[in-house]
Amino acid sequence: MSNNKVSMRSDLARVRGLGPAHDGVGHWWAQRLTALALVPLTLWFVASVVGLAGADHATVAEWIARPLPAVLLVLLIVATFHHAQLGVQVVIEDYVHVEGLKVGLILAVKGLSVLLAVMALFAVLRIFSWGS
Amino acid sequence: MPVAPEAPSTPSAPAARPRPLSPHLQVYRPQLTSILSITHRATGVALAAGTLLLVWWLVATATGPEQFATVQAVLGSWLGKLVLFGWTVSLFFHLANGIRHLFWDAGLGFELKTTYASGWAVVAATILLTVLAWAWGLA
Repeated sequence: MSNNKVSMRSDLARVRGLGPAHDGVGHWWAQRLTALALVPLTLWFVASVVGLAGADHATVAEWIARPLPAVLLVLLIVATFHHAQLGVQVVIEDYVHVEGLKVGLILAVKGLSVLLAVMALFAVLRIFSWGS
Repeated sequence: MPVAPEAPSTPSAPAARPRPLSPHLQVYRPQLTSILSITHRATGVALAAGTLLLVWWLVATATGPEQFATVQAVLGSWLGKLVLFGWTVSLFFHLANGIRHLFWDAGLGFELKTTYASGWAVVAATILLTVLAWAWGLA
């Protein structure tokens, strides 16, 4: 090594640039990207739901069956569960120090997020199909 | 020559080597910045749990009027309204403080004065948006 500072990292690890978490800035970047997408999406969603307060089933279903709300709901669901899952993973990594339990909890959170996201997406598509 | 790893400093001997120590919550004076920081995490976890409400609402609507009426009745009860109120407070706080975080990620707003100003702005925005949403929703 030409450098006077002795590094614990191998040359290969340095070149890969993935750091100790082995995924580089991928996690960090995905969390910021989904955060940015969620700023307008959540404001739209809260405003819409407040407008629908007390509405009956037909009104709500009719609203979801419209193309724009349906598309925005799909985007909201994908961004929300991706963002939530990434955030809860960091919380688990910070507080759970037993390796097996940590990995198990992260896998459970990721699996549950996929399940809930697909359930929500399926619901939106089903309601959308009534409108056509 | 490899540098030997330094022995971790303990709180009992800070005078020997005066270095900044990781804050121990028991002796750390709460301040706006630290309170908002942990609140961001707490509201994030609460909102992750709150996604169950979103899924329940969508699935019930997709199932039929009867299931939808059940969700409406539960969310319309005082306990349901309390949960929804907590959800809106958490959402607006996490949203406002999240935007504050995005500015930091861009390298902006790290001055101590700016950090406090943006922190109070987050508190004000949370209160304002929550009041607006409920005033509009209950009107």
